[in-house]
Amino acid sequence: MTTIVPDLPGTVAIGRARVVIELKQFFRDRNSALWNFAFPVILLVIFGSVFGGQDIAPGITFAQYFVAGMIASGVLYTSFQNLAIAIPLEREDGTLKRLQGTPMPMVAYFVGKIGTVVVVYVAQVTILIAVGVVFYGVSLPTTATQWFTFLWASVLGLVSCTLLGIAFSVVPRTGRGASAVVSPIVLVLQFTSGVFFVFDQLPHWMQVFSSLFPLKWLAQAMRSVFLPESAAAMEAGGSWELGMCALVLLIWCVVGLVLALVFFRWTPRGSD
Amino acid sequence: MIARVSAPAVQVSDVRKTYGTVKALDGITFEIAHGECFALLGPNGAGKTTVTEILEGYRGRDSGEATVLGTDPAHADRTWKAQLGIVLQADRDLGDLSVAEAVRHFAGYYRDARDPDEVIAAVGLTAKADTRNEKLSGGQRRRLDVALGIIGRPRLLFLDEPTTGFDPEARRDFWTLIEQLKSEGTTILLTTHYLEEAEHLADRVAVVSGGRVVACDSPARLGGRQRGRSLVSWIVDGTPTIQVTDTPTQLVASLSQQFGGEVPGLTVSRPRLEDVYLQLVGDDTGAAATGDAR
Repeated sequence: MTTIVPDLPGTVAIGRARVVIELKQFFRDRNSALWNFAFPVILLVIFGSVFGGQDIAPGITFAQYFVAGMIASGVLYTSFQNLAIAIPLEREDGTLKRLQGTPMPMVAYFVGKIGTVVVVYVAQVTILIAVGVVFYGVSLPTTATQWFTFLWASVLGLVSCTLLGIAFSVVPRTGRGASAVVSPIVLVLQFTSGVFFVFDQLPHWMQVFSSLFPLKWLAQAMRSVFLPESAAAMEAGGSWELGMCALVLLIWCVVGLVLALVFFRWTPRGSD
Repeated sequence: MIARVSAPAVQVSDVRKTYGTVKALDGITFEIAHGECFALLGPNGAGKTTVTEILEGYRGRDSGEATVLGTDPAHADRTWKAQLGIVLQADRDLGDLSVAEAVRHFAGYYRDARDPDEVIAAVGLTAKADTRNEKLSGGQRRRLDVALGIIGRPRLLFLDEPTTGFDPEARRDFWTLIEQLKSEGTTILLTTHYLEEAEHLADRVAVVSGGRVVACDSPARLGGRQRGRSLVSWIVDGTPTIQVTDTPTQLVASLSQQFGGEVPGLTVSRPRLEDVYLQLVGDDTGAAATGDAR
């Protein structure tokens, strides 16, 4: 009477299916998808048109500096901001509760989120760079080392900020209020991390403050990719400090993982 | 092995759950046999959803024993969840997907899922298969929830107020679907506000009030219904006459003799499930209110 029962589908297979379904849902929510791509481009156009032609150092335009910062911001938008706003909505509309009642592994849900974040990030960065190159004379990195830095900085930034976004999704009390809680944090980090202003011109306390968070280090690593070696001297530390960038981002990956595992919840507070 | 087969599908024994000072469950106890359709009836706040969600693994309990398909739901794993189908109270998720996309996606979570197209047909959504879920009516939306609940061939199906907002025809169609699942051997735990629904579908009904089971029996026998006094009415010279009796058969026989065969306008009615239910729940809410006042 023993019937041979096949195993449940694996986490990888379900994770892949989650990526596909999440992407469908992301792009079908047209307004929000469009805004996601348009917002960084609008910022680039405004800042590029106003300050783009000004040199922040001999031979370095503000547009060149700003594109590096906006790519770092793109990491924060697509991962942290997106998830910290989308997950509370999913918690409220029953998405998470439904999933929790199925044999879908929790990890597969996270894989779905990370996959979506990566695809959206790649699309967003491609658009940003294209607009920068075509309209504001931004030049692309020339060495393999620079492209390698671009790759690892993107990966470490996406992983840490995705995990932090998942963890932070427990903070907003309602789905509707989530963007009001999350957006100011992103904006303050952008202002203090040298995205909108040249970092070494910021007040010292602001530099110290932003050094605690990933965006400052991510933006710095991206500047090492898009600015000439001569610009390293303008950094607060007098060099790109790539080792330090990687270390801080790695620490935030670990912190994000721990926070996500400890604080993530499927259901709204007070429902257990 | 034999013990395992004969153990009930669901066993709940003296389960208690308190939120702050509110006793949501106050020693609730019941059992559901394999293949049985078991309905939980009760007013809002009686504890139906709380106990259901404890059994589904969503909530913890303060004390008492609970076993669902041989496992304590507080220590649930994937293999256990794969044997359940859960239809929660109205959700608003999956709006950006079509019916077919949603059903196919969820089929991928199980080892031996039903055929998505067959499930869509079974819930009567074939014509809407390519419609975005946000465009479905309330009743169609609930049928999608049921489709997702049964896609994984559950051994135990939870239905929490599945037909709220259905028109009478849709409700009949839904009942046919549930009867079909029942005939395939699926165990069902149904929570509902509709007594008619419980009477139609359930093998046994538990009336829950104040976090306890106040009565549990087949719909026909609940609260001593089968022994309850009957109402016999007939017409004498154009005037309706009514008599309440413990022995309706005897009364009808004597009336038949009196009229020499047919009794004009004869009806015999037992107390309706609703009468019994209101009596059970009414008693208990009264007692609970006095308890609160003290």
